[in-house]
Amino acid sequence: MEAEIILHVDGSRRALTIDTRTTLLDALRDRLGVYSPKKGCDHGQCGACTVLLNGRRVNSCLVFAVAQDGAEVVTAAGLAEGGNLHPVQQAFLDQDAFQCGYCTPGQVCSAVGMLAEADAAQPSYVTEGFRPEDSPAAADLDDEEIRERMSGNLCRCGAYVNIVAAVRQAAAGGSGA
Amino acid sequence: MKPFDYRRAVAPESAIADVAGNPEAAYLAGGTNLVDHMKLGIAEPRLLVDITSLPLDEVAETQDGGVSIGANVRNSDLAAHPLIRSRYPVLSQALLSGASGQLRNLATTGGNLLQRTRCVYFQDVTTPCNKRAPGSGCSALEGYSRYHAILGASDDCIAVHPSDIAVALAALDATVVVQGPSGERSMALTDLHRLPDSRPDLDTVLEHGDLITAVRLPGLPWAERSAYRKVRDRASYAFALVSVAGAVELEDDGGAPGEVPVIRQVRIALGGVAHKPWRATLAEETLRGVQATHENFRAAADAELERAAPVGDNAFKVPMVRNTMISVLHELTREYS
Ligand SMILES: Cc1cc2nc3c(=O)[nH]c(=O)nc-3n(C[C@H](O)[C@H](O)[C@H](O)COP(=O)(O)OP(=O)(O)OC[C@H]3O[C@@H](n4cnc5c(N)ncnc54)[C@H](O)[C@@H]3O)c2cc1C
Ligand code: SF4
Ligand code: FES
Ligand code: FES
Repeated sequence: MEAEIILHVDGSRRALTIDTRTTLLDALRDRLGVYSPKKGCDHGQCGACTVLLNGRRVNSCLVFAVAQDGAEVVTAAGLAEGGNLHPVQQAFLDQDAFQCGYCTPGQVCSAVGMLAEADAAQPSYVTEGFRPEDSPAAADLDDEEIRERMSGNLCRCGAYVNIVAAVRQAAAGGSGA
Repeated sequence: MKPFDYRRAVAPESAIADVAGNPEAAYLAGGTNLVDHMKLGIAEPRLLVDITSLPLDEVAETQDGGVSIGANVRNSDLAAHPLIRSRYPVLSQALLSGASGQLRNLATTGGNLLQRTRCVYFQDVTTPCNKRAPGSGCSALEGYSRYHAILGASDDCIAVHPSDIAVALAALDATVVVQGPSGERSMALTDLHRLPDSRPDLDTVLEHGDLITAVRLPGLPWAERSAYRKVRDRASYAFALVSVAGAVELEDDGGAPGEVPVIRQVRIALGGVAHKPWRATLAEETLRGVQATHENFRAAADAELERAAPVGDNAFKVPMVRNTMISVLHELTREYS
């Protein structure tokens, strides 16, 4: 079955006709030529497909595109502004936070979403205390918090140590989101 | 994947009519389980009724001092909600222990409760599985059973229910509000999921077309002292091997200073052990009215685990549940015992 939908991807309005079976990830990659979100597992288990959907980080492989008519999607390729890399992207470069780079766009989107969550006082499993003010803001996240909050992104190359350092650098400079 | 029609529901009544009237229809919420199952060929709906636009996304205080949670509230939003965080920490912790940040942003309260088992054979359509294909046999019985049930299993299925929040909700005496073709009803969360017996294909008591609209938590002031502990193969982003949800109220006039206080009320539920969240009633009975000591914690765990029947690879779960339960009880009574 086919459906017509509109997606706002990295700032441009894109109209497309899709089979209802198309995931958001496949719509982005195969239909719109937006290749920065990657297909790792296609089952929600790796985070390589992470994009910001209406401002929140999600696994685009588990979302049907037809259910997202009118949505705003930001991929890692749409984060830079006016020729300047997003602070999270710059931090990944500064800290050498990748090897093959396959997981990187997902890591970057996830970090951007995660830092905004922290600034919105969203706790994690390792957060101590149960009042909103007990939840650390992005700039106050320690490594344990960063690891827990970024656990939805696997890195087959094991670049985790530098990924944590990059997220720490970006967090210290404000979320930049 | 089989082709399907997609419809965005605008009102619960019409959504229910659309699904109840079509055996091949299914509700779509966050999609994190259903979309996966459609890719795997486990679920083959021909009509998806998307319920995410229905006004079921409120977290509100109820008149009896409890909290009502709309079925569409996302796991991440519920975990961060000040009412849940401050009054029912066990539920917030259970939510945050599940899946990943990305998945919790999609996953809903209703969908989480109705997610299906992660038994590897259930997820692999090339293997026999009584839950997926009734009568085909259970591959796990003589196969890989490390993740499987130690309580309440049957000869037809030894799968466990994977939801973390269901375990916390079982401990909190939560109620599930269901709207069906013939009106609204509610049931205890502990009555929602079934044991497998001879019908492992049925995870819950719900009928096709039933829509979960809300989960209600009773007013339970002493649940402020509650906790969720999850044991897993890696530190995060993994399903539970076992988990324990607990809440304890101590007698406040219990004995002289320095004396070990007495437990007035206690709630314990176990995850990763059964086809449903397992309310540990035998352990609770053992603990009510006794002192909060290590020996009594151990006796309570033993009372619950007396009926445990591991199948092979999962014998480790028995001591793991015992130790986790004792440890949670210590944590909840630490300043005293
Ligand atoms: C890699 C991975 C790791 C995970 N780890 C964990 C974990 O550690 N702990 C854990 O608890 N979960 C875990 N999950 C599961 C996840 O929490 C569930 O997939 C999610 O909660 C399901 O919610 P949903 O809204 O996405 O449901 P959907 O996938 O949309 O729906 C699930 C089922 O519920 C039905 N449904 C949905 N809403 C309603 C309603 N209101 N009324 C009636 N029927 C309804 C649907 O028809 C479908 O059958 C994990 C998932 C993945 C992919
Ligand atoms: S344990 Fe249950 S779900 Fe797993 S193979 Fe056996 S019947 Fe299927
Ligand atoms: S491709 Fe989506 S999580 Fe792996
Ligand atoms: S850099 Fe290679 S997978 Fe992460």
